[in-house]
Amino acid sequence: MVLVFAESQKGEFKKAAMEAVYYGHKTAEILGTECAALTLGPVNNAAVLGQYGANKVYNVGDDSLAQFDSQVYTAVIAAVADQIGANVVIVSHSSTGKSLQGRLAAKLDAGSVSGVNHLPTNDGSFKVKKNVFSGKAIAEYEISSDKKVLSLMGNSLKPEAVGSDATVESLAVEVPASRIKVKEVNTVEGTVPLPEAELVVSAGRGMKGPENWGIIDEMAEILNATTACSRPVADVGWRPHHEHVGQTGIAIRPNLYIAVGISGAIQHLAGVNSSKTIVVINKDPEAPFFKAADYGVVGDLFDVVPRLNEALRNFKNS
Amino acid sequence: MKLLVCVSKTPDTTTKIAFTDGGAQLDTNGVQYIMNPYDEWYALVRALELKEAAGGTVTIINVGPAANDQVIRKGLAIGADEAVRIDADPKSALYVAKQIAAYAQKENFDMVLLGKESIDYNGSEVGAMIAELLDQPFISYASKMEISGNTATISRDIEGGTEIVELDTPFVLSASKGLAEQRIPNMRGIMMAKRKPLKVEAAVEAPDMSTTVGFELPPAKSAVKLVDPEDMNELVRLLHEEAKVI
Repeated sequence: MVLVFAESQKGEFKKAAMEAVYYGHKTAEILGTECAALTLGPVNNAAVLGQYGANKVYNVGDDSLAQFDSQVYTAVIAAVADQIGANVVIVSHSSTGKSLQGRLAAKLDAGSVSGVNHLPTNDGSFKVKKNVFSGKAIAEYEISSDKKVLSLMGNSLKPEAVGSDATVESLAVEVPASRIKVKEVNTVEGTVPLPEAELVVSAGRGMKGPENWGIIDEMAEILNATTACSRPVADVGWRPHHEHVGQTGIAIRPNLYIAVGISGAIQHLAGVNSSKTIVVINKDPEAPFFKAADYGVVGDLFDVVPRLNEALRNFKNS
Repeated sequence: MKLLVCVSKTPDTTTKIAFTDGGAQLDTNGVQYIMNPYDEWYALVRALELKEAAGGTVTIINVGPAANDQVIRKGLAIGADEAVRIDADPKSALYVAKQIAAYAQKENFDMVLLGKESIDYNGSEVGAMIAELLDQPFISYASKMEISGNTATISRDIEGGTEIVELDTPFVLSASKGLAEQRIPNMRGIMMAKRKPLKVEAAVEAPDMSTTVGFELPPAKSAVKLVDPEDMNELVRLLHEEAKVI
């Protein structure tokens, strides 16, 4: 049995949860078994996970699970895995999932690979791939133990509707007391978080100052994209720290990454080079970013971006 | 406070990655090794700051062969009091975590710190594993930490924002950017590092359940397609019809 932990926030599933369930469903097919999904805390409409391939959905609805603590979550997920006889456990490679994945592997004494971005192969041995060296290479791992724990990199595959609503069963599992007090959660409401975003509009020092970001926000609004920025821009406080993508910031892999006024230092590329399509707008034709780009526009961003915004708006309205 | 900082050795960020034996091994020819920046700049430096503010000791630990001593000495030069190297090939995340947890168990540290990930395998696994093996809380992606007595208040990065948590020691913490500022070792530190203890300990038994079997390079990017800056309708058309991303 494959068990997928489906992450939710304030009762709603994250996009990463659907991806993980679909990945779990495909993995179960490869292994010739079934896929169950687990939701923790109060969630709305858990049955919907059936549409993405969960044969069964389990819920441990304890209110205390609304607060994330990797130690508590690990205890509960491992107990459920035990109870239903799951030997493959899959989580999302999100800030929550990454805090859980190693713990689960240690708890279950399982072989593990984090941040996988391909479906496994199982020709006598179980192998799975992930990006390593900050996207500069791909490594294949073999897991030899019976128990396996994987975390799935966001935007690695597109979840498809493959089934119908599943039955949801509440499980009574002992929930240990947390040793952590969550004092505050500060997140930007109403935008897709960067690691989940399919479209990202990012800008750097070429913007000359925070007061010029209007054209970037406008492009993001037209495309319904998430905004990001380069490290120097976050360091000087032009943009919030949580927008910083790159080696020391967040690593992302959207379908479309539009980089405006970013030269493309190797540390920046390390965080974005897994993007499916990269557009670079820069007035310097020698900017290293052009080497990593699919489409390039050499020109003054203050002319090009408003023109692009207009073209995008016409496209959206047509 | 008695602090343990886990450090790993990684190829320098700017290393050109290549493989030998048909993708079986990393080509180490010409590779410059450094201490994993997240371990060094953020975890180790914050540990040193805590010690400077309230007393205590900072021990660094590495799992690896004798060739790692050079990187370990750098940690001592920056200011750690002592170092331990578990003499073993760091085969998998769980193998490494079991080595570190076994050592930490004996020594009763108030806090175990490490970087949010290593820049080679980008796994983010070892910290969580150590925490589970020690049955302690794990605070990941910490970008700010204040300590008062034995209570820590920590900001951690989450999707699209931050979360502020409070907990008592002991715990395990993974560091992201912002937790501290990089320190450059000075001459005095480098000289003193030579006299600081670097213990070598034997590994504990642990099975190898997850192993790399091969590497490949990502498919080469085709050359950039330049679009006339006057004609953004063309760029929109390419994104829609060719790349199919909008």
